[in-house]
Amino acid sequence: MSWKDEARAGLNDIWPAALAAVPIGLLFGALAAGKGLSPFEVFLMSVLVFAGGAQFAAVELWASPAPIAALVFSTALINARHILMSASIAPKLKGFSTAQTFGGLYYMADENWALAEKRARTHPVTPAYWFAMVVPFVLGWLTTSTTGAIIGAALGDPKRYGADFAFTALFIALTAAFWKGRVTAWTVAAAGVASALAYKLAGPPWHVLAGALCGLAAAWIAAGDLAEKPVESPAE
Amino acid sequence: MTVDPINLAAFLGMALVTYFTRIAGLALVGRLNLSARAQAAFDAIPPAVLIAVIAPSALATGWPETVAALVCGLAATRLPLLGVVAVGVATVVVLRMVA
Repeated sequence: MSWKDEARAGLNDIWPAALAAVPIGLLFGALAAGKGLSPFEVFLMSVLVFAGGAQFAAVELWASPAPIAALVFSTALINARHILMSASIAPKLKGFSTAQTFGGLYYMADENWALAEKRARTHPVTPAYWFAMVVPFVLGWLTTSTTGAIIGAALGDPKRYGADFAFTALFIALTAAFWKGRVTAWTVAAAGVASALAYKLAGPPWHVLAGALCGLAAAWIAAGDLAEKPVESPAE
Repeated sequence: MTVDPINLAAFLGMALVTYFTRIAGLALVGRLNLSARAQAAFDAIPPAVLIAVIAPSALATGWPETVAALVCGLAATRLPLLGVVAVGVATVVVLRMVA
């Protein structure tokens, strides 16, 4: 296939995901504006970090001055799954120069990673395919999140519309997307109780650490009876 | 176009750790051999962190938020992402009027 065909395949694969991300980007920008971030700051965060889940978590934790350690810690935890994702996709990238590999992986996200994994089952993943898929997706996120911040700043206090609760609702919905049965149920219960207790007793940002660690411990314990089974492919 | 320097430092820190996770896999290719338990704990990271972040808002704010969070949990079993958000926000707005 010529590079043009490869690029066309990338565009064909990414557009539904890019479309689905439009309202999410607008919502993110509006919520960030509600925490006092300017549209340009929202743009900067999106262009530098480009990680939806971690960015939503960051805005939920945001305060003035920014709690840098808590923000970086929460981002590292939420994005830790990328280590397994990049380990899985890296050997499937064909014909990438070193610069293309390190540049291309900068914007690896759940959606374009999953599409590239799917592509790799039937075709080599070429630079033309990868960048045709990644560039519009990134541009979409930058445009919608910045636009959301501009609109959000005009709307004023998000609490008036219950928009402050949108985070909580969104994160519950995202948790459902990671659902893997009983182990996840124990994870969620332990993380929720530990986080709420730590929030009451020690205050932010300790609730994130306490909740995350208790959730992981619960998963470890609940998965005890899986220990004899063979490892499945590295997922999500 | 002003940017708070502390905010910029936070963005850069977040970007750095995120990029690290995205290229760390290059060093692991062919060497990754997690036990089933370690895999389960690894898979549990996203939900554990997501719930840890929102638990104070869902469980330690007031009963309207707690009830709305439960409604979201039910909605999440059948609605797409934005549907859950719409249901959750509508629920909390109505319940706060009652509270």
